[in-house]
Amino acid sequence: MKIFICLKQVPDTETKIKILPDHSAIDPAGIKWVMNPYDEHAVEEAIKFKEKNPTAQVWAITSGPKSRAVDALRTALAMGADEAIVINSPENLDAYSTAKALAQVISTEGPAHLIFSGKLSIDANQSSVPQMVAEFLSIPHTSVVSKFETSPENTTVERDVEGGAKEIVQMINPSLIAANKGLNMPRYASLPGIMKAKKKIIKEFEFSALGITPAEQKVKYSGFTLPPEKPAVKLLTGDASSQVSQLISSLRDEAKVL
Amino acid sequence: MSKVLIFAEFQNDNLKRSSQELLQFAAKTGRPVVALALGTGAGGGVAQLAHHGAAEVLLCKDSAYDAYNPELFASAAAEAIQISGATLVLASASSSGKDLFPRVAAKIGAGVVSDGTEITVSGEDVKVKKPLYSGKCFATASFENSPVKIVLMRANQLPVSAADTAKTASVTEHAFNKPSLKTLIKEIVKGASEKLDLTEANIIVSGGRGLKEAANFKMLNDLAAVLGATVGASRAVVDAGWVGHSMQVGQTGKTVAPTLYIAVGISGAIQHLAGMSGSKVIVAINNDANAPIFQKATYGIVGDAFEIVPKLTEEFKKALAH
Repeated sequence: MKIFICLKQVPDTETKIKILPDHSAIDPAGIKWVMNPYDEHAVEEAIKFKEKNPTAQVWAITSGPKSRAVDALRTALAMGADEAIVINSPENLDAYSTAKALAQVISTEGPAHLIFSGKLSIDANQSSVPQMVAEFLSIPHTSVVSKFETSPENTTVERDVEGGAKEIVQMINPSLIAANKGLNMPRYASLPGIMKAKKKIIKEFEFSALGITPAEQKVKYSGFTLPPEKPAVKLLTGDASSQVSQLISSLRDEAKVL
Repeated sequence: MSKVLIFAEFQNDNLKRSSQELLQFAAKTGRPVVALALGTGAGGGVAQLAHHGAAEVLLCKDSAYDAYNPELFASAAAEAIQISGATLVLASASSSGKDLFPRVAAKIGAGVVSDGTEITVSGEDVKVKKPLYSGKCFATASFENSPVKIVLMRANQLPVSAADTAKTASVTEHAFNKPSLKTLIKEIVKGASEKLDLTEANIIVSGGRGLKEAANFKMLNDLAAVLGATVGASRAVVDAGWVGHSMQVGQTGKTVAPTLYIAVGISGAIQHLAGMSGSKVIVAINNDANAPIFQKATYGIVGDAFEIVPKLTEEFKKALAH
């Protein structure tokens, strides 16, 4: 029984984003790459599943430039994944092509009993790839999952929606689960895990050999800009009462937001 | 000109503000606007759809659509796109919008852009400005090889003017094909609060480590109650277990863009600033004058939150009373 984790390597949340002079993309210089934080929850849940189901094999898969993306796979291996696959693909592949590639390799290497992923990647902020992978594989999905239970036939999850509400969703397996932060506490990789992950052979696919045509690239980004500089803060001085009354009159009369 | 399809969302029989924004925007493009309204509640909303700009309403009052189900809705939305002939689909980047439309896009071979903050439609050409890295930068998304273009807009980004109650729409009731489902919605558990979600809120009061302990969030709840605001939090206090993850603002929480964001005891880690710097007016209350939050703030109070916030609650109460 194979369990897949779709994950992505992204700039660390502490990264200050810079833009290339021609505005065509972000400046990759000096970026510290990490596993997308939501994907850590996907890895954790897959490993927890394997701990209860020792016959399960956990496969981590990513699409991205091989030279760096394999590091995120090694993190997953160090946490406890059994195998890893990199689809060597160009930077800035859109969600549609990425999902197509992932779905294609998962069906070749599968079949998958369960697929885990993060609910979104913190770079493109699209929340698209997991749902698209599920659609391409004709399996059900639930995104923004904060609780997971499964039997051989069904998976029951809690999905977080607006206002703190939750939907309890049951899916027939195979199914895809896109993790929210509340799902679990991702473990740290153990030292033996890290040593083992270093030696592991990562299976490689070339995106260009998957037969996905340029027509399957649907969205292109250009004109990268930084957010406009904010004018300097107006510091309100005086004692607390005076600060409070200045704030209220500023919000009402100057900013006109009350 | 080809049609624009709007995925309409209702809350307690009222058309959500985010859907009003999309309808009014679509009507201004000059292209015919079709609204897709699903579920038993949608029947009562037809007039509202027309008032905000829908010329046609594609309606299905089947109770099967009362709860959001990805497979069922994806099938209906794909069919609605096909029968309406729409080449542009607009929906809100809500929980259901963001879950649904990538699946629809994969089904029909379309591109989807989520979390748009600005949209330009000229003829068939559609460009969407959206934040990347939770707002650390912006880029313009354009479509290629995508006969149908799907755009999910963030709430509170487009203007809404008063509804024109004289407008009417033609209504087509349609029974969409139902695929055999592998997904069952067993239960919907309501949230503790009926407040607007952070992503839709017009005013947010957010707390961080400066509040010292979980119980002190009561102070923010009191302030929020006076302002009709939703309460948010920094990652530090969510990780400390003071409040739930659904309240987290930032790159690994929610990206928000309210009119007014009041940050109390939040120093302003880069990943928090990324998630809230799209707010129109930012107020920072912090006892550390060097806290990075002041670089993003419109108004800053260097002071003791425990002294300032209760006073602010009292004064807002008075100010808003008249």
